[in-house]
Amino acid sequence: MGRYVIRRLLQMIPVFVGSTFLIFFMVYALGDPVAALFGDKAPDPATAAQIRHDLYLDHSLPAQYIHYMKNLFSGDFGQAFNGQSVTELMGSAFPVTIRLTIVAILFEIIIGILLGVVTGMRRGKPVDTGVLLLTLVVISVPTFVTGYVLQYLLGVKLQWTASSVSPSAPFNELILPGLVLALVSLAYVTRLTRTSIAENTRADYVRTAVAKGLPRRQVIVRHLLRNSLIPVVTFIGTDIGALMGGAIVTERIFNIHGVGYQLYQGILRNNSPTVVGFVTILVLVFLLANLLVDLLYAVLDPRIRYA
Amino acid sequence: MPEPSNPIDPDQAISAGGGFGGAMDLAASDATSLEKAPGHGQEPGGPTAKPRSLWSDAWRDLRRNPIFIISALIILFLVFISLWPGVIATQDPLQANLAKSQQGPQPGHPFGYDEQGRDVYTRVVYGARASVTVGVCATAGVVLVGSVLGGLAGFFGGWWDAVLSRISDIFFGIPVILGGLVFLSVVTNSTVWPVVGFMVLLGWPQIARIARGAVITAKQNDYVQSARALGAGNSRILLRHITPNAVAPVIVVGTIALGTYISLEATLSYLGVGLKPPTVSWGIDISDASDQIRNAPHMLLWPAGALSITVLAFIMLGDAVRDALDPKLR
Repeated sequence: MGRYVIRRLLQMIPVFVGSTFLIFFMVYALGDPVAALFGDKAPDPATAAQIRHDLYLDHSLPAQYIHYMKNLFSGDFGQAFNGQSVTELMGSAFPVTIRLTIVAILFEIIIGILLGVVTGMRRGKPVDTGVLLLTLVVISVPTFVTGYVLQYLLGVKLQWTASSVSPSAPFNELILPGLVLALVSLAYVTRLTRTSIAENTRADYVRTAVAKGLPRRQVIVRHLLRNSLIPVVTFIGTDIGALMGGAIVTERIFNIHGVGYQLYQGILRNNSPTVVGFVTILVLVFLLANLLVDLLYAVLDPRIRYA
Repeated sequence: MPEPSNPIDPDQAISAGGGFGGAMDLAASDATSLEKAPGHGQEPGGPTAKPRSLWSDAWRDLRRNPIFIISALIILFLVFISLWPGVIATQDPLQANLAKSQQGPQPGHPFGYDEQGRDVYTRVVYGARASVTVGVCATAGVVLVGSVLGGLAGFFGGWWDAVLSRISDIFFGIPVILGGLVFLSVVTNSTVWPVVGFMVLLGWPQIARIARGAVITAKQNDYVQSARALGAGNSRILLRHITPNAVAPVIVVGTIALGTYISLEATLSYLGVGLKPPTVSWGIDISDASDQIRNAPHMLLWPAGALSITVLAFIMLGDAVRDALDPKLR
């Protein structure tokens, strides 16, 4: 197990370097951060050259990247152009997005798996067809449409919940945004669980469990569910990274000042250190979530052993 | 679905998903079952082929599937209005009359006016063109690049395969909306091509992975061995034996992906980096209308509805095709 983890961590290095370099390249080579700093005015060449030198922008791109990574691993993510340090921005943004992601994942796990089990056990029945069609509709309506419609209906018309989120973003205000963020993935979790359950109901071990007289609930929870959840766990695990990165739209609709908000502002203002810093962390989260999922396999399925 | 008893290949484990906001992972995971499926060893005969092949079977299934018929009709209609929007919308989508800003439905203007006083109905009809163009071109590009690179990697294996797997891992690691924001925010071109280019750039690894798996499965079949024993060269084996038997999962994932690309285009346009005016796009219209949802919800609901129905049609079509091509469900 230990050796497996080490090998996987080593394999992550090229992927990490590749993804971050790609983003670094896009931000620093395609845009011009110094020109962005001056807005509409043309920069004085001497000043621009001085800024370029101060920001290490007068070196070649690979050299800039290495310089950036060196700073990053000593904990220095650089400064946003308004003088705030990027780590400070992260300190305020990440807790909010993490809370939002937790709410979304909870929705996925509770509602998604429940619906999946119900439909998988009743394959072909009206409940099944209905839920299946509903998931298709949910998948098809883009997040920003569901977001605005639900905000309008629940927040403005019915006044059930606040229609936008205050800067401190407590959990109770994040319920609706969390649901909006989770909806598409929730539909996928439902469909995945349903397929998996329907396949496993025909498995020999389920027949054995029923034959030896176990109560239905125990058959479902202990035998069927445990075996059927393996693909679902993969999906939810890899979804963590996607949810945190995909929260840009949801955070914009509900005015949440999280990672997506900071990134969006950073990109609009060409604020390179902010963008690269946040994306680097998101890529790390994504890779670690993937590793975690693979280790969870061994817990869920004892037949899988990592040498 | 992967069988729970399958040992997990550690090399593949990193790349379990991600990509397009998770949206297409399901398509990918559904298609894994297909990779094992089409091993019939027959050429894709049309509906008239004598021994019923996978394809004629699938076609028979599809013709009886109401979901397939409905979604195919919707798609035909969309293609029609994106080619000739003038047939059902006689006005100019760019003509604005500020005096009528945000007004509701009136005779001759069934969907009302938007904030600039433009006819919402006309704009909804003309908006189809941008969405369909982006969806079709992006899917064509992704399928072409992805299946060639992935298929060759699966067929020849070796170092090219290893390099390609690592490269696609890198692309999977970048959240799509984020990549789109960074990449497209520097583009000033207002046509659909930068958006299409970006989607091909970030979308091909998904198809490459599917194609690679399908080719590896097809390669191990007896008929490939016998073709080789009869002296067939690589190119003949690839074109005559592997391609027809490995193409099913690619088609399924491609169709579902088409829907998600349309949705992605609208999302990027909504964020202000996708298509830009004067191109008429549902995403732009929804974005403009979103500020005014409390005063004039009709400005948002019509383009949003059109967009949702379009995406739904493509996803339903992909779903129906998958069910028809998956012999396990028979």
